[in-house]
Amino acid sequence: MSQPFRTHSGGRIDRNKQLTFQFDGEELTGVEGDTLASALLANGRHLVGRSFKYHRPRGILTAGSEEPNALVGIYRKGDQTPNLRATQVELYDGLKAISQNRFPSLDFDVGAVNDLLSPLFPAGFYYKTFMWPRAFWDRVYEPIIRAAAGLGKPPINPDHDTYGNLYAHCDVLVIGSGPAGLAAALAAAETGARVILCDEQSEFGGSLLSESDATIDGKSATEWVEDSIRSLSAKDNVTLLPRTTAFGYFAQNFVSLAERVTEHMADPDPALPRERLWQVRAKEVVIAAGAIERPMVFPENDRPGIMLADAGRTYLNRYGVKVGDNVLVATACDTAWQAAFDLADRGVDIAAIADMREKPSEALLSVAHARGIRVETGCVITGTQGRKRVSGALLGRVTSGGVTSAGEVTCDALLMSGGWTPTVSLYSQSRGKVVWDDTLGTFVPGAPVQNERSAGACAGVYGLSATLEAGYNAGEQAAKAATGKTAKLARAEANGADAGNGGILGALPHDRNASKVKAFVDYQNDVTAKDVKLAVREGMHSIEHIKRYTTTGMATDQGRLSNLNALQIASTSLGKPLTDVGLTTFRQPYTPTTFGVFANVSRGDFFDPVRRTPSHDWVVENDGVFEDVGQWKRTWYFPINGEDMHAAVARECETVRKSVGLFDASTLGKIEVVGPDAAEFLERMYTNPWKKLGVGRCRYGLLLNEAGFIIDDGVIGRLAEDRFHVTTTTGGAAHVFATMEDYLQTEWPDLNVWITSTTEQYAVCAVQGPKAREVIAPFVEGIDLSPDAFPHMSVATGTFCGVPCRLMRISFTGELGFEVNIPRRHGKMVWETLAKEIEKHDGTVYGTETMHVLRAEKGYIIVGQETDGTVTPHDVGMSWAIGKNKFDFVGKRGLQRPDLVAEGRKQLVGLLTKDPKVVLEEGAQVTKLANPPAGTSAEGHVTSSYHSSVLGRSIALAMVKGGRDLMGKTLHVPMPSGAIEVEVTDTIFVDKEGGRVNG
Amino acid sequence: MLLIYCPYCEVERPELEFRCGGEAHIARPTDPSTQSDEQWADFLYMRTNTKGIYAERWRHIHGCGRFFNALRETVGDKFLKVYKTGEPKPDLDAIAKEASR
Ligand SMILES: [Zn+2]
Repeated sequence: MSQPFRTHSGGRIDRNKQLTFQFDGEELTGVEGDTLASALLANGRHLVGRSFKYHRPRGILTAGSEEPNALVGIYRKGDQTPNLRATQVELYDGLKAISQNRFPSLDFDVGAVNDLLSPLFPAGFYYKTFMWPRAFWDRVYEPIIRAAAGLGKPPINPDHDTYGNLYAHCDVLVIGSGPAGLAAALAAAETGARVILCDEQSEFGGSLLSESDATIDGKSATEWVEDSIRSLSAKDNVTLLPRTTAFGYFAQNFVSLAERVTEHMADPDPALPRERLWQVRAKEVVIAAGAIERPMVFPENDRPGIMLADAGRTYLNRYGVKVGDNVLVATACDTAWQAAFDLADRGVDIAAIADMREKPSEALLSVAHARGIRVETGCVITGTQGRKRVSGALLGRVTSGGVTSAGEVTCDALLMSGGWTPTVSLYSQSRGKVVWDDTLGTFVPGAPVQNERSAGACAGVYGLSATLEAGYNAGEQAAKAATGKTAKLARAEANGADAGNGGILGALPHDRNASKVKAFVDYQNDVTAKDVKLAVREGMHSIEHIKRYTTTGMATDQGRLSNLNALQIASTSLGKPLTDVGLTTFRQPYTPTTFGVFANVSRGDFFDPVRRTPSHDWVVENDGVFEDVGQWKRTWYFPINGEDMHAAVARECETVRKSVGLFDASTLGKIEVVGPDAAEFLERMYTNPWKKLGVGRCRYGLLLNEAGFIIDDGVIGRLAEDRFHVTTTTGGAAHVFATMEDYLQTEWPDLNVWITSTTEQYAVCAVQGPKAREVIAPFVEGIDLSPDAFPHMSVATGTFCGVPCRLMRISFTGELGFEVNIPRRHGKMVWETLAKEIEKHDGTVYGTETMHVLRAEKGYIIVGQETDGTVTPHDVGMSWAIGKNKFDFVGKRGLQRPDLVAEGRKQLVGLLTKDPKVVLEEGAQVTKLANPPAGTSAEGHVTSSYHSSVLGRSIALAMVKGGRDLMGKTLHVPMPSGAIEVEVTDTIFVDKEGGRVNG
Repeated sequence: MLLIYCPYCEVERPELEFRCGGEAHIARPTDPSTQSDEQWADFLYMRTNTKGIYAERWRHIHGCGRFFNALRETVGDKFLKVYKTGEPKPDLDAIAKEASR
């Protein structure tokens, strides 16, 4: 075995399965069961990264998801996933990892100069330095900061992986599988309740996997875990989810889990997703999230080789890795002693146990004595040595007058423990309020706010026996609350792993020059004790302010490691009790969660539904160009023989006016309004009168909101006394339908009317142009198309190409026009028939661009283009559309509001540029002067602008203040290249008399 | 995601199936022409936006499609009661007392 720090036996690893992996290009080996972190440590590597701000060398601090330092990039499928925690990355053969935030290499990093310049980077540095000028922020400061700071590099390619999503329901969701979680799951499962047990680690068992000599029911802790999991997996009512992080706790016990499905495999089944999102609705939740150890805040507490004591114990007992050959243990609590004992029992030299406390328990002292371990009490670490690996530490004696030097100790690793912090993140996310426990010196969950209970260490319950008991009780109670069923499971009896005492918060005292040394509080964000004190001195008195000013607690662990120490330092500096300083809020996600999990299948075509019309395939075959209109794919224009858009649109426009054109209008919204009160309903909804509209006739309808502003328009045909065919704009269809439903259900429930959306039921082929009647005539049966029998604005039912049809004679081009509505399933056939037919008449198919030009030539508005939600019918010259004798309609009262009847409102006008070749930009401002002084407000803006090939010049529509009184006047459209002169005209550019609709 | 009880379907369904329709019990005047500018502006724009128990219109848009009313506690974002369109507005004080128990 080439891993010098690997033990010869023990642990949850398979020494016979050697794995090869790369770290920064160097080939190393590990074994099955390793994480990347444990494999690196087995090879004696502690240095794995550079810190965020000062680029200080950093090592592995923890053995869990709270790891702040060991963030790595992992290569997979030709790209790199950044910022993964090496403590969570499971080793597989061929794994390739890189360190981050260093240049050119981890060993020699030029950014480390920041560490020497650190007096320049105090708390609030960014706020203080980069205040102004504003332009510098965008061009100079931000690019430099982004280049110098930051963690890993984002992947550059689209994500090759797939992600799964599923919804699940259960009676009891147990989060965490340490002793409390396992006991809860066993007890709940025993009742027959549907149980989901999830754990973020690859293996169930939590802290039990790191136990050395504790027993449960006479078995070793790990045997008991294995037996428990075996019994759970044999039950149909239990779902076991390893590698699954509960990252979000939402309202009504809705909990989001991210399952890592294939990331740990060298060669995963391509059919499997990389991750799977579980959205679980649980009747009851048991949070058994455990506790994490707190770092101690002493000078230079961040050198590689300095690690949490329990992590050192985990690497030894679970992964068979010694974190060093000569280990110094610094602590303020009992549990770290066990780490020292376990290491000593494995032949590791313990340089000393330095306990802050004057009098640790006699029991611990005698065990240490029996092993011949040097013990220093009332002793703190006041500094460390070594650049890329800790090589020694300074000891200090805590006295009433301060700290006096107590010599130096050499070591190659330093394990520390400031005590334990219950993981209350998920409880906080459930909107529970944590409460301060003075005995434990930490925050614990208060009363549950949802159907939830915290059990074990996350609730401040320590010691194996007590934790198991808390778990059993929580599982039983949860199952009973969820299902009403009970079952008494025999309690397992535990020996060992008793609760320890002790713990410390805040910065430790030392005898060093306080202005020179760095004692880190938040490792990932490089926040020191000094920074927190400075923030307080500079006036930050709430923890929320201190957090934002220093960035403490804003790292990916959300301050799980650092919060309590930072709070204590702030509390001391402020002279206020810790509980008065407050605690920042834990938010989702609990640990960093990939965008892939959230985006999931909503990518590409699944991002948003794509709606296609019946002509779609034909358009693709005939090289039409599409544009996206909301979710619809609409044909923009049909280039032939290599035409560009301008040429294609010019040809299409001229052809429609000269002979005939075919247009797919299927996207228009369609609503069937039926019932004895249908006419009354439309009378109330639309501005126009409807009661006297004859059967077989159509009318243009204008829809306002109650404020009096235009929100939609369309043609409405009366098919029978009690039946109307309503059309809406493409974009407005859903909203108009919802608005109609709203009025029908809540304001006028007395009306006997049904409305049905029929947008998807009809395909619509618009045939427009002087030859339109000749084109459709051969296919129409049952409708007399003669001008007298079927005049402009008529509707009739008959057949078209032998299929049922609603034929409307309407025009959005100003030409003779028909719209053929056929059942959607026949749309393709009818479109292809008509496309062939128009060729005989020298016609053309045309797209939305030509449709826009043709309607602009006629001055027809498009809702949402000429209007913007603040435009009335009067503003666009459509007062004629308002029924004068109507008692009421939606928007009628609104139109009388003082602002809407005031003089000087913007009105729709035409604009003709003095130079006919110049086409204005839509959205451009219109002014009185060519060069208005700065601060002058515009007179209006251009709403539509096109080149009209029919007229051989540009045309535009604009909304201009008092525009209808400005006919013939000259205005200006200032542009970067100079102002453009325009003349104000009426809005109709082609066929002012309107005779062409009659063919 | 909240679970919302539809009083017409008589089932609890996820929030995704529903759409909020703003404050409830704001009836459109039967003859708007009698309204002063102030009254009309009030009807159009003024909402109580209560911190506490708020009566809202909700529509089961991806279910039965019907509007109903709901009392929602806006601080904790909790539904306290749903009732059908046309039913009177419940006594909010009584509901508040019940909720605080
Ligand atoms: Zn419903």
